[in-house]
Amino acid sequence: MANEANTAVLGDIAHARSGDKGNHANIGVVAHGPAEYALLVTRLTADRVAEFFAPLGPARVERFELPKIAALNFVLYDVLAGGASRSLRIDTQGKLLGTAILDLELPA
Amino acid sequence: MPRNGTRAVTLRIGNGAGFLGDWLDAPRRLVEATRLDYLTLEYLAELTLSILARVREKDPTRGYAADFLDVLSSLIPALAAQPQLKIVTNAGGMNPLACAAAAGKILHDAGLGDTTIGVVTGDDLLGRLDELAAAGHDFAHFDTGEPLVALGKPIVSANAYLGAPPIVEALASGARIVITGRVADASLTVGPAMHEFGWRWDDWPRLAQASVAGHLIECGAQVTGGYSNTWRDLDLANVGYPIAELEADGSVTITKPDASGGAVDRRTVCEQLVYEIGDPRHYLTPDVDVDFTTVEVEEIGADRVTVRGASGQAPPDTLKVSIAYRDGYTASGQLLVIGRDAVERSRACAAIVFERLRAAGIEPEATNIECLGAGEGVPGVLAANANATEVMLRIAVRDPRREAVERFTREIAPLITGGPAGLAGYAAGRPEVRPVFAYWPARIARDAVQVRVDVRAAGDWTATPR
Repeated sequence: MANEANTAVLGDIAHARSGDKGNHANIGVVAHGPAEYALLVTRLTADRVAEFFAPLGPARVERFELPKIAALNFVLYDVLAGGASRSLRIDTQGKLLGTAILDLELPA
Repeated sequence: MPRNGTRAVTLRIGNGAGFLGDWLDAPRRLVEATRLDYLTLEYLAELTLSILARVREKDPTRGYAADFLDVLSSLIPALAAQPQLKIVTNAGGMNPLACAAAAGKILHDAGLGDTTIGVVTGDDLLGRLDELAAAGHDFAHFDTGEPLVALGKPIVSANAYLGAPPIVEALASGARIVITGRVADASLTVGPAMHEFGWRWDDWPRLAQASVAGHLIECGAQVTGGYSNTWRDLDLANVGYPIAELEADGSVTITKPDASGGAVDRRTVCEQLVYEIGDPRHYLTPDVDVDFTTVEVEEIGADRVTVRGASGQAPPDTLKVSIAYRDGYTASGQLLVIGRDAVERSRACAAIVFERLRAAGIEPEATNIECLGAGEGVPGVLAANANATEVMLRIAVRDPRREAVERFTREIAPLITGGPAGLAGYAAGRPEVRPVFAYWPARIARDAVQVRVDVRAAGDWTATPR
């Protein structure tokens, strides 16, 4: 849960998994519980995720809410440098994004 | 339309493969550890068909997921001992008929020649593209709207995503093993459910529940603890592959065999529910347009999670088509670099490679340099470690000219004697030059796709001309 400074690292309150659809990636972020989900809804915005992954150059980031399972789904458009087969990155399919996002610091 | 089923007892569908390359022993372990009514085996990722198309190009008797034949051989004792067990797989890839012939031979040689195999074809549109274009189908790109005719690059595969109906037809015609090409992953589960329970094709809530079940188990161990950040607590070497238990009322419980490794809990199920989806209000399959936002997940016992509440509506009157085209060549090479200045040293190596390529008159269209171990697996996002004393240098290029990529693959080994000290890892030889298959997602009207179902005894498939 949030620490004294009222900031949290995402991996402390949620888990995540990522994958690809063509040149787009999605990251599903599942909160540990309802309180953590409420925190994510206000703090883990599409803009925050776009900023975190800005070095990978997503065209835009869209956020979807799944409150019944306390999860957010982020779609990062054109973030895979061509996607499977065409991308020159070792992570052609964005599989690492779900683990990388756990280091994201949520703003107070 | 096939006869309706009236099953009243629990239907147990297990999935033993989530992609071409998955654990070969998983299907056998699954059917030996528990009693399944259906085993599904999913082999086709987005670009797998383009790879299989290239295999078929070189050898017209291949082009299917050959792993399935090894799996089938391992399942012979279970098929002989468990009369209720059926198999539904998309192992047919780009050549379902040849897959059936090879599978038929394995069954026949094992004394199971009377096993019925049903084959679903018609998803492969490659040979029909000109005819379909002439009839006005433009295969406009999903995202850009550009018509396929504007592409101007060689197409290697074009497959429509079929749904559950032909699988139901094959099962209703007595097939014990159903082999398809491209079908929606979830339809591998929806097909058996529709056949057994006899639901109506517009029973959207039940179709949605079965599709969610299929989506949850389609990636194998990813819903039973695989690819999890709780890996420390799990016996993943013996991970149990998933089972979906479906009831006639549409209830779904996800579980795994007793005494297997891994876990099935709220975390594993929720993570997989949101895996590779876009808008969760519209998870589109050929069978139903599913709303995931109404789904509820509840742990009801050890490694047992119930999933309820999926809702759905009629799917679009088009089918998704996955098209792959050739887009030049690519190669990547790796070298291990050590030293207090390993990152700098590895960058110097890459600079030498590209300077020599330039001297040879080659500037590849696209290049990428990664110092893996210095935080560049997710470049600019992971914390950079400029002081790493050991990194894996990975250099990748892409170019329309095969000879340019070929030349690149020859410029890495000379570093071993002519570059900085502290390099190793070249035992694997020159990197392989691979064709690039780029992805073109499109749609087609359902009635333009001609689906066929052919059911015969295994012994009869062996004689099939391919």
